[in-house]
Amino acid sequence: MTEPLLEATGVAKTYGAVAALRNASLSVRPGEVHALMGANGAGKSTLVKILTGAIRPNAGRILIRGKEHRVHSPAEARRAGLVSVYQEPALIPDLDVAANLRLTRTPVEPFRQWVRELGVDDLDLRDMARDVPLAVLRILDLARALAIAPDVLLLDEMTAALPANLAEKVLDVVRRQSRAGRSVIFISHRFIEISSLCDRATVLRDGETVGVVDIAPGIEEKIVELMLGAKIEKARAAARRAGKAAKPADARPRLKVRNLSVGNKLHDVSFDLANGEVAGVVALEGQGQDELFAALSGSTPAAEGSIEVDGMPVKFHRPADAIGAGIAYVPGDRAEALLMQQPVRENIALPFSAHWRNWGPIDRRREGERVTRAIERLQIDTRAQREVQRLSGGNQQKVTIARWIAADVRTILCFDPTRGIDVRTKQEIYRLLRELATQGKSILFYTSELEEIQLACDRAIVIFGGRVVDVLPVEIADEAALTRAAYGLPRNAKEDVGILADLPNPPASSS
Amino acid sequence: MTRFITRNGWVLGLLALLALLFVFTKAIQPFYGAGDFGSLARAVLPFAFAVAAQTIVVIAGGIDLSIASMMALTSVTAASMMNGASEEFALLVVPFVLVMGLLLGALNGLLIVVTRVPDIVVTLAMLFVFQGAALLVLEAPGGAAADWLKALITGTVQLPGLPEAITAWVPKALVLLVICLALVWIPLRLSGLDLSLYAIGSNPLAAFRSGVPVARTKILSYALGGLFGAMGGLSLTMSTGIGAPIPGPYLLASVAAVVLGGVALGGGRGGIIGPIVAVIILRLVRTDLTLLAVDPNVTAIIEGTIMVIVVMFGAYIALRGRSS
Amino acid sequence: MSQGTAAVPQVSLGRRISRFMSDQPLVPLIILLIALVIVLQILRPGIVNERWAANTVKFAIPLAILAGCQTMTMLTGGIDLSVGTVATMGAFIMVTQAAFHDPAVAILIALVPALIIGFVNGVGVGVFRVHPLIMTLGTSLIGMGCLLVYQRSVIATGTKVPEALAWLAIGTTYGFPNALLLFVPIAAFIIFTLNRTGFGRLLYALGDNEKAARLSGVIYWKVIVTLYVLSALLAGIAGLLFIGLIKSPSLSLAEPLVLPSVAAAVIGGTSIFGGRGGYAGTIVGALILQILTTLLTILQMPEGARRILFGLIVLLVTAIYLRIIENR
Repeated sequence: MTEPLLEATGVAKTYGAVAALRNASLSVRPGEVHALMGANGAGKSTLVKILTGAIRPNAGRILIRGKEHRVHSPAEARRAGLVSVYQEPALIPDLDVAANLRLTRTPVEPFRQWVRELGVDDLDLRDMARDVPLAVLRILDLARALAIAPDVLLLDEMTAALPANLAEKVLDVVRRQSRAGRSVIFISHRFIEISSLCDRATVLRDGETVGVVDIAPGIEEKIVELMLGAKIEKARAAARRAGKAAKPADARPRLKVRNLSVGNKLHDVSFDLANGEVAGVVALEGQGQDELFAALSGSTPAAEGSIEVDGMPVKFHRPADAIGAGIAYVPGDRAEALLMQQPVRENIALPFSAHWRNWGPIDRRREGERVTRAIERLQIDTRAQREVQRLSGGNQQKVTIARWIAADVRTILCFDPTRGIDVRTKQEIYRLLRELATQGKSILFYTSELEEIQLACDRAIVIFGGRVVDVLPVEIADEAALTRAAYGLPRNAKEDVGILADLPNPPASSS
Repeated sequence: MTRFITRNGWVLGLLALLALLFVFTKAIQPFYGAGDFGSLARAVLPFAFAVAAQTIVVIAGGIDLSIASMMALTSVTAASMMNGASEEFALLVVPFVLVMGLLLGALNGLLIVVTRVPDIVVTLAMLFVFQGAALLVLEAPGGAAADWLKALITGTVQLPGLPEAITAWVPKALVLLVICLALVWIPLRLSGLDLSLYAIGSNPLAAFRSGVPVARTKILSYALGGLFGAMGGLSLTMSTGIGAPIPGPYLLASVAAVVLGGVALGGGRGGIIGPIVAVIILRLVRTDLTLLAVDPNVTAIIEGTIMVIVVMFGAYIALRGRSS
Repeated sequence: MSQGTAAVPQVSLGRRISRFMSDQPLVPLIILLIALVIVLQILRPGIVNERWAANTVKFAIPLAILAGCQTMTMLTGGIDLSVGTVATMGAFIMVTQAAFHDPAVAILIALVPALIIGFVNGVGVGVFRVHPLIMTLGTSLIGMGCLLVYQRSVIATGTKVPEALAWLAIGTTYGFPNALLLFVPIAAFIIFTLNRTGFGRLLYALGDNEKAARLSGVIYWKVIVTLYVLSALLAGIAGLLFIGLIKSPSLSLAEPLVLPSVAAAVIGGTSIFGGRGGYAGTIVGALILQILTTLLTILQMPEGARRILFGLIVLLVTAIYLRIIENR
């Protein structure tokens, strides 16, 4: 048994009366890619923060190469050979990339090499970090970490905001690190990456390590079981038929988008959204989907084109206009949508008071009824009564949706609502979206996890290069077909692309 | 080249505005000469130091409301120490007061970091503390200043080889200002500490994760602010010859000039040149208004209106830039 | 994996007390208030009586009203440093106009600059997104300049403090200051607005997460303009009351109240970053500051020492309060 490179045992951390970690442990061998898994609230991020020196544990030992280490700051963690890449970009927005490198004393040449390896060709070091797109920022964070050749690299949801092409490069690089004898701790919700990349997985639940498993085909069930503590029906729906619920022949579409162009990212996009349908949107990162949602929700004005709601042309200057037309936006980043210091009820009731007509005294009783009904419908765990920031990610996401259910809005634009959410909550969200559709609401649902399309949608609108390249009915919208379409390939292309192109077929395109 | 212009557009605009103002001044007062320029430089000096102090603190993401009273405190301390003392003694007084400013600023920073009370509240409380301390040192304006100190900012610098006509336009006050600023700013740039200051102002969490010692850097920013504040206090004593315990209008001017100088109040952005130019502009505007024989009360209105309009204009530009 | 037994935390009395205090943020404040009164009584036995209480309340009320302006603006992450100027303008204009107008008319005229300044503040902050600190400092500068010009034009006319206002500000009925007749409705209005109206909810929302509020349909500039106009109106009213109390109009009448108004709001638990706080705490904060001032006066220390102590105590109280709140 090779001596572990990193060994953490008995790690505990309490915040007041809440035990975020009880007895967590993690053991990583040299040259291994080790997955750290757990539902939201299981303690993963706390363990990560402890390992990387952001917070101090109440108990526990951390051994690196057999020696005990007291890691009290990211700088110390770095010196001990442990570098992590967090979910939020760590570059200073108001400094250019070169200054950021100087700040962290990162060697420039190795950095540039890694950036190129990771598939970003056109980086100008003099660009301000705040002008760099999010996906590239993540890559730069990774390159910075790799440039100092760490013994243990910790990647927290590294591929979450990356398009498939960059994600593939990342996975490739991780494999190479492991072959070079360095270890990687890999945190992700995507089983497909875990199975293709990792050697073992440690599963956390309720602050404890409940299992360490070897990754082998079919291990997902066991992992989910460990994460949730019970056998769960992997509600893998068979390919659903579009329009299976007898939809009233409502000829007029709810939303009619024609020749929509936004900025220089979205061009000439046209589609309809019917009442009672869940339309999925699929795209690689930065293909214009952000702009599409921004225009439909009123956050950004459209440069060209038209939007019709219930047959009437509309012009949105601000989200309030869209909401007035019955269109609400649920952003992918919960921090954008929630009042973190306010309780759940205030968060849900917020739109009720937005219009100046409603600035007067609040009808507590009536409002309370609507809010309670929404909370019940979404099964939101309101035990953390006081502030919404205490809730787990999944519950927080439910609150952002509950708001619009309580407001009884007719159209919801969901942008990647299941990002970083545990499996159980995801299922609940899919179910809810279908329910809403049956009630006649219309949903536009963008997701970066392609398997979700068949679980929740009636069809998939694929966007590439700012244009709609295909619209797939749900029966044929499996991951392979969607990925092909997302890369702009015609429907019946034979090439396998992206992370699906694993062994035995080498990737068709390499840098 | 375009990158240089976009990055420094605001400061370049300010410099252009300053140049225009000088032209305007000359137009309304053809006899505006080197002597007037000298008195302008002397009048600007304390404001410039106050602005420099505020700039460093704001870039690092904070704010210091106690600057004016810190200046008063250091000013009366210097004045009372030099009262009746020899000229040589003043050589000790200067470093003493500068270190004092450094420590007072560090105290602010330390309190902010340790108590986790917001910087506005801490520096607000310390404003009272420093004011009270100044009153304890000198109940009323008084004290003295060494002659050589006073001479340091009167007159012009005689540079060998340059004709009188040119050196007449190089007031000692301005030279002193530039030297003092450079003495602090250059080591910061060389050591890379300026990056840390910008980092914690821009995004403290990212700075922490990038290995920047956030708490220490924050304290440093306030300490340097205190150092500039002490320089400002000294300059007050140097120009008036005494120390006054009641703080002057330097707080408002420092915040206004910082904003006018293109430094974001949220931190992380801007440089030292912009605010200094801005403070010179404000002073020059006041001079022009006096030359135009405008009612001094109306001067206040005009100054306030200029400040408000420029700030609204700047914010408007920032808004358009963000939405494009 | 060994089944580690999580140690059951022994919830000590101390921990329970501090939890209670952070759940009811008003309690530690009131305790502090009472403690200060006790200290006062110890230092100067007999001082604490009805008349003293009435006096303290009388002088605390204008401060409390101004602190109310700060509370509301701070909830949105802003601040209103123009309250001193607005109050002074209101006071000065009213007493000079009352010399030849009906008091009611004089009051109305005096509130006009408040409306204007409030509106300009609101537009600057709400539409142009200028930082509230700068905007309100700027308008206060402009306002003061205008006041100086106005003062020169009315320098010949006398001033008159209307009887009714003096009665309101200075008088007491059965030991209760008459000013309470004005203050209690104002306080009730502010507390009701913050807790039970849509507008109040929006203030908290904007301070907590403006983006989220926007996505929920809130129109920023409308709320902000309303807010700063309201704040200025309250400041104007505070000025009217203050001059009834002080009787001698000066151009820096309310300036010394500005920074303490911020301190009172902060001590009262309103976060300067926005999204958290309330007016009840602010009222107690204003009382605390008022008693503190009395305390320092009878200590017969030199002015300098008094100032130092004032600053240190504000700092100490805020630091302790924050510790308590954060332990939730």
